[in-house]
This record gives sequence, C-alpha cells and structure tokens, in this order.
Amino acid sequence: MSVAEAVETPAPARARPFGTRFLRSELWLIFGRRRNWAGLAVLAAVPILIAVAVKISPPGGGGGGDGPNFFTSITSNGLFVALAALTLELPLFLPLAVAAIAGDAIAGEANLGTLRYLLTVPVNRTRMLAVKYTAIVIFAAAAVLLVAAVGTVMGLILFGGGPATMLSGTELPFWASVVRLLGVCAYITIGLAALGAIGLFVSTLAEQPIGVTIAIVMVNVLSFVLDSIPQVSWLHPYLLTHYWMNFGDLLRTPVEWSNLQQGALAAAAYAVLFWTAAWARFSNRDVTS
Amino acid sequence: MAVESSGLTKRFRRHTAVNEVDLAVPRGSIYGFLGPNGSGKTTTIRLLLGLIRPTAGSHRLLGEPMPAGAPRVLPRVGSLVEGPAFHPYLSGRDNLLRLDAADRTADPGTATRRIGEALDRVGLLAAAGKRFRLYSLGMRQRLALAAAMLAPRDLLILDEPTNGLDPQGTREVRSLISHIAADGATVLLSTHLLSEVEQICTHVGVMHVGRLVAQAPLAELRAGTLPRVRVETDRPDDAARVLRELGLADVATTAVTATGALGPLAPEKTVAELVHQGVPVRGFAVVAPDLEEMFVSLTGEGFDVSG
Repeated sequence: MSVAEAVETPAPARARPFGTRFLRSELWLIFGRRRNWAGLAVLAAVPILIAVAVKISPPGGGGGGDGPNFFTSITSNGLFVALAALTLELPLFLPLAVAAIAGDAIAGEANLGTLRYLLTVPVNRTRMLAVKYTAIVIFAAAAVLLVAAVGTVMGLILFGGGPATMLSGTELPFWASVVRLLGVCAYITIGLAALGAIGLFVSTLAEQPIGVTIAIVMVNVLSFVLDSIPQVSWLHPYLLTHYWMNFGDLLRTPVEWSNLQQGALAAAAYAVLFWTAAWARFSNRDVTS
Repeated sequence: MAVESSGLTKRFRRHTAVNEVDLAVPRGSIYGFLGPNGSGKTTTIRLLLGLIRPTAGSHRLLGEPMPAGAPRVLPRVGSLVEGPAFHPYLSGRDNLLRLDAADRTADPGTATRRIGEALDRVGLLAAAGKRFRLYSLGMRQRLALAAAMLAPRDLLILDEPTNGLDPQGTREVRSLISHIAADGATVLLSTHLLSEVEQICTHVGVMHVGRLVAQAPLAELRAGTLPRVRVETDRPDDAARVLRELGLADVATTAVTATGALGPLAPEKTVAELVHQGVPVRGFAVVAPDLEEMFVSLTGEGFDVSG
C-alpha cells in the first residue's frame, strides 16, 4: 500500500478551457430524435396548409385572432404566408415545441438516469445548464426559421414575390422585406427563449419530462388568457407573452421600436430570473434519480 | 488512500441512510463493499461521487478533497451507479460517444478508438450499432462497464457490476476487474454476492443499517475466525461424540456430516481418533469459514432488507 502511495502520480486530467463538443452532442441528440422530427414536421405543415387553403379560396378581408392579420395580404405577396403561419403558431405550437425540448433537458435526463452519469463524467452543473439552455434557444430559433422558410417558399411558389406592402401602407423592396421577416423571427425567438428559461427551471424540479412540458404550456396559455382579460390590465405589461404579438411593429416603416424594446426587455428579465432560479435549484440539488 | 471518508453522514428527512461512515480504501486494492439491500451502499457511492451532498462529514478521492476537487479527480474515476442508464433510441456506440463528448478532458481525436476498445473489452463490439432499447439487461450492464472504462482510470467505483449478467458474463467481468486492478487501478466494488468478494477482493467493508460495521483486509478477517473440520460419515452422531471428546467446540451434525471448530488440534489427530473409535470416515476436510458466516456474525442477521 505504501509503495502505491509513493508512486502516486499527479492528476493527468487537463480540461480544455472552451469547447463546443458537448453542445454539438446535445444538438445532435435533439435534432436526431424522431419525435422532434415529427414535431418540426407539424410546425412546417401549418404554412403549407395556409398557403394551399388561401390559394383554393382567397379571403375577402377581415378575420379574427390576436395580433396583425396577414391572411388578406397573402395573395398580394407570398412572404405573408410565413407571417401568417408564425402568427398562428406563436400562441401554442411554437411554445409547445420549446416546452418539449425543455422537458427533456434536465427532467428527461433524470428520468432516464443519464443525468447521474453525465454529472460523474464530470459535467459541471452550471455548464450543464448553460449547454442545455443554449440548445433550447437554438432549437427555438430553428423551429421559427423553419416555419418562416417553409412559408416563404410555399408563398413564393403559389403567390409570387416582389415588393411587399408593409402594415403602415408603404411598399418595401422584396429583399428588404425578407430582412424584416428575419427580424420578426429573431424577435419571436427572444420571446421563446424567455419561455425556455422558465422551462429549464421547471425541468430542474421534476423527473417526468412530460409533466414539465405540460406545466410550461400551461404557463404559456395562462399568460395569453390573462392578457385577454381587460379587468387585470394592470398585470398585462408583466406577462411573459404580452409583447409577443408586437412583432408586427417590425413591419412598419419606420419600425415602431418602443413596444419591441419593452418586449425584449421583459423577455430578458424573465430569462435572467428563471435562469437564476434554475441555477439555485440545480447547483446544490441531490441527484437521486 | 484511493477513497477516504470521515464521518460521512446523509440524512433524508428523519431517515439516516448513511451514518458516520469512515471508509479507507487503499490504493491498488479491490475493495468489496458489502451489505444487505437498503444498508446504505448506493447512497454512500452517490456521496462519494458528489451526486448528493453529505449532511455531515467529508471525503477524498485519490487524495483530492471532494466535491471541490471533482473537476480534477472525476475524469480519473470510472463509475457504475445503480445500474446502467442510457438514451434508449441511441446505439451503444452513440451513447458512449455522447458521454465522451461531455468530458472536457477527453481527446476528441482518439474518441473512436477509445470507444472501440472499451466496447471490445466488454465483448459488446458486435452489438455496438444496435439501439440501447433492444439490449438485454446483461448487454446494458456491459455497456455501462464500457462507459466506466472509456478513459484510463485510477479508480473504478462499481455498484453491483455483475447484476443481470449470465454466468459467462459474470466470469468475464470478474476477470476484467482483476485485470484492471493488476494494471494498478483501485476498484471499489459494491455487491451482495459474497462469492464474488471471496474470489477477487483484497479488502472488505461491511455496511449495516447505514453504518460501516467492519472494514479490513480479507485475509485479516479470515484470520480472526477458526477453521472447521467436516467429517462425512453415515454415523454423524458417533462422529460428533468423538469430536466433542477431542475438545472441538460448536459441533453440529447433518444427515451425512459432522462439523466442529478445529481449535489448536491437528486435523490428522482427529481422523486417527475417529478411525480408532470405529466411526466410518467417508470424507474429511478442513474448511475455512465462509464469508457468509462472517457476514451474518457481523450484521447479526441474515441477508434481509435493512429497515
């Protein structure tokens, strides 16, 4: 024993200070999973449905729903298929996709038991949260861009492109309109990223991913419901989803920044709050799964 | 010491799962960590690996204080905790690739080779491309062992590594563990299979209701107990009478044997006396007490679940 003690060598394990290998592995796990492919396929089906439906029976104007209404503009420019699809998917489908990934993040690994093996690799717990959250945000961005891309392609095929009439009535050249659409995607992703932070926190509380997903969707729906009740209007500016539908402000000339800034700020506040909560909960948690 | 703990304690609400455990696992040893189900073995292992925080006490792995030294020391520790756990829809190889990707100390350039070697060592190369969900329990266990050996390790902490393996696999895993130890690594092996401990362990620690009730080199534990003689005969009662006359203690009989603790008497004298008294001796052996008896005497009871 004493001999073994004497020939003891110092730790040879040297960690790379920075690397993206774990994040890439995480993305490979998310984007390689068949369930997620199915979810993305559903998200991509919506703009196709919209484009085909409008082609078959063009709307006569009006229409309901939250936020700006892009249906009436679709026949004039294919880009509006993407915007209409995003408007339709933002209240439920896109949050549901983010919620599913967030549910897998920590609770899913705990449920499979893989969490204990990742932690003993070792993966530092803060690093684990950072990688998981980055992957959630990348997935959210990918989902939004997928809907926009499929919508744009379908719209251009069925209705053509060209200059687009903005909500303020002025016309913008096609490529400038595409830039605006990308801006819309970025803004929506910011909102979903805030929801993802809530999801990450809930994910650290549970060991059942499906329960986490349901909880996040309920938070999202509750926020939309409260936002539509005028009696609690004092609460509205503090709701997670209150500014989400303001992405239409990016389609005015000039861009109406005030609400967008408020929205981005609110999203950042939610993200920081729940990120901190997730860290406080997870960094000292006993992993008994 | 490869593993050293002092006063390690874990309380869950009112239940004390691990109670002031002072482990001392010497470097290079194969340490058999024994105990009935529910005696706190797995909780102790979770504490050692930093998965749960102790209520009191502290410990060191490979000389480094935990959990502060975890980033330095855990890459040199391979572990298997409470059974295998992998992503069911990934193949065995892809699961190992994922664990390797999470390891900042692992060299991505050698990942493919190391994974191939680890799979080969546990005899899983042929099934490496199959999805984990299609694996049998034995194959899952092998994959978990491969994960524990993905990088060169100085310490292996293995929680019931032969659980679910067929006899062939059990033998292979035992020889694998012996090989790893022969290369200089320390192995902490939690098990409830006493034969496993007798075959490969050099040191033993016994847990009982959250406490470490015994800890010693196996040879030392053995030395503390007396060998017994076993006489095979068709007249066990006569044989027993002779053994008692010779001064053997703790004499017992079955339908075809009589046994007794040998004491200072030479075994050949026993045989001579038996034959002299006309007891037909069909077989005779001096047997070391098996670990099970030692275990029962330490924990005061059989292999029941601790409350």
